[in-house]
Amino acid sequence: MKATRTRAVRGRATRTRAIRTGGGISVRFDVRAAVVVAILVVAALLASVVLIGTGDFDIPTADVIRTLLGNGDAGQEFIINDLRLPRVVVGLLVGASLGLAGALFQSIARNPLGSPDVLGIGQGSTAGALLMIVIFQGSATEVAGGALVGGLVTGAAMYLLAWKQGVHGYRLVLVGIGVNAFAVAVNGYLLTKADLVDAARAVVWMTGSLNGRDWEQVWPLLTLCAVLLPLVIAHARPLRMLEMGDDTAYTLGVPVERTRIVLMGSAVLLTAAATAAAGPVSFVALTAPQLARRLTRSPGPNLLPAMCMGATLLIVADWASQRVFGADQLPVGVVTGVLGGVYLLWLLVTERKAGRI
Amino acid sequence: MNRLIADDVTIGYDQRVIAEKLSVEIPDNSFTVIVGPNACGKSTLLRALSRMLKPSAGRVLLDGQAIQSMPAKKVARTLGLLPQSSIAPDGITVGDLVARGRYPHQGLLRQWSGDDERIVRESMESTGVAELADRYVDELSGGQRQRVWIAMALAQQTPLLLLDEPTTFLDIQHQLDVLDLCADLHEEQGRTLVAVLHDLNHAARYATHLIALRDGEVLAEGPPREIVTAELVRETFGIRCQVIEDPETGTPLVVPAARKARVDA
Ligand SMILES: Nc1ncnc2c1ncn2[C@@H]1O[C@H](COP(=O)(O)OP(=O)(O)OP(=O)(O)O)[C@@H](O)[C@H]1O
Ligand SMILES: [Mg+2]
Repeated sequence: MKATRTRAVRGRATRTRAIRTGGGISVRFDVRAAVVVAILVVAALLASVVLIGTGDFDIPTADVIRTLLGNGDAGQEFIINDLRLPRVVVGLLVGASLGLAGALFQSIARNPLGSPDVLGIGQGSTAGALLMIVIFQGSATEVAGGALVGGLVTGAAMYLLAWKQGVHGYRLVLVGIGVNAFAVAVNGYLLTKADLVDAARAVVWMTGSLNGRDWEQVWPLLTLCAVLLPLVIAHARPLRMLEMGDDTAYTLGVPVERTRIVLMGSAVLLTAAATAAAGPVSFVALTAPQLARRLTRSPGPNLLPAMCMGATLLIVADWASQRVFGADQLPVGVVTGVLGGVYLLWLLVTERKAGRI
Repeated sequence: MNRLIADDVTIGYDQRVIAEKLSVEIPDNSFTVIVGPNACGKSTLLRALSRMLKPSAGRVLLDGQAIQSMPAKKVARTLGLLPQSSIAPDGITVGDLVARGRYPHQGLLRQWSGDDERIVRESMESTGVAELADRYVDELSGGQRQRVWIAMALAQQTPLLLLDEPTTFLDIQHQLDVLDLCADLHEEQGRTLVAVLHDLNHAARYATHLIALRDGEVLAEGPPREIVTAELVRETFGIRCQVIEDPETGTPLVVPAARKARVDA
């Protein structure tokens, strides 16, 4: 017993590698985290190919790959490139955005429950979308716009309410839970105001679904991710320092509040955009970072692993919902909700020993 | 002019003023020790000196420049602070934690140089935590943890180092080790050290410059041999004592009066 423990511990110490060049440039990375990212990327891509082949009309994997490479026949090309591919790409982007946003929020809040769906960003987006559906009978684009604005307004309100000479972890979580409760109440009220047709549309939107998503949803989300990802990566090192508490981070020269505002802003934008594209897909932001962390066994926010985990989770959940319940029957949000609930229970029951991963 | 100066600063939290119009100068290349009763504002003073707390009036000068207007990383390369209490992130190992002390010297393209590696190793060796490198910080004893945090502050390699109660939690041997280490840093490497200590006899032995603080005011400052008197101890802490010569070092030794004699002080 003792021996195994020591070996496991030894393994940790040698896990980071540094690459140094003559010019004084050095880069450090965590070998295990890099392997986890690589595996998750492959898993997400494989699951995507399988998902593209799944539907009312199944297409063999080989044909899917041939078509994606541009050598397919015309019929399959239409189904794959125009119908199924954009849906899968939206799924990948939504999952990645939620995973990344969850990791950012959990790290800033220093709390595994501090994810954007628990803290009310998702419900805030929903309020914006419901407002467009119920009051203005808006188009799909208008509903997406409402969700985006709703999420951003909620994020800003949360930051201002939690601000007290800087935003601190537990305060953020408490304020977030309050904001969430408020948004839930608003959403309940909006639903009671809706007529039957609008209410049905609202409920489908609220479970989070990838059905009928096309390239129109892909481009804005892809652009946003392309802009925010480098920004977030550039702030990843200061974020890791923030986990040591504001005081220590501050004495080590981290611009504490600026880092927090940039990263919280990015996380809110990512969540709001993902919600605008697919509705409030539940639990991905909560679970992906925790699962990723257990795979990498590395302290710190694990941003890239969480992002890749989010994408993989969402695609697998969508595939499961189609396989088990038939094409377009069950919105993906229901499956992630069930998976997330089971995961949360497991987390509560097995409650890891404090300080371990 | 000395490198670190608090010039007529008023510091406090929200509306509560802890120290008003306080002026403190840290002599260069000194081992300055701050003593004073609980809640007199020692930690608050260190926070102001390290840019963490913005004075509501007056200013703190680092190398003649207002510290508030200097870039965070530049300050962090010149001045380090070990706070009174710190949080270790979940699941971090000792080696990783100490390595984080190198942050102000690193950048996106300079993440882990050979120097970083060497300095981290040396910092861990000099605080006696090298053999703990692979252990989780959460499963260390209070004293081991304290030494790990000191190692992290050392890894920052700043010419000025502020330590808030570095010897709390430590047994007598490790207390002396830490103080010896501070004395070495000061004597051999010419670094300027500022430490808050509660043990007056340690303070008198090790300090080259002593500051006695009470209610946010400096009661006395100077070399311990000149300022430590029974009168000063009574004024600062409200206890009666004798001050005799330390038989080992010749520095002042504070011997509190027996219980009966102390009560009517
Ligand atoms: N973050 C804070 N917010 C409000 N008041 C504070 C804060 N930190 C400290 N104080 C108050 O400021 C006063 C001085 O505290 P400080 O921590 O500087 O004392 P100290 O001299 O370091 O005491 P100790 O020896 O117990 O560490 C105390 O009355 C304390 O209650
Ligand atoms: Mg203190």
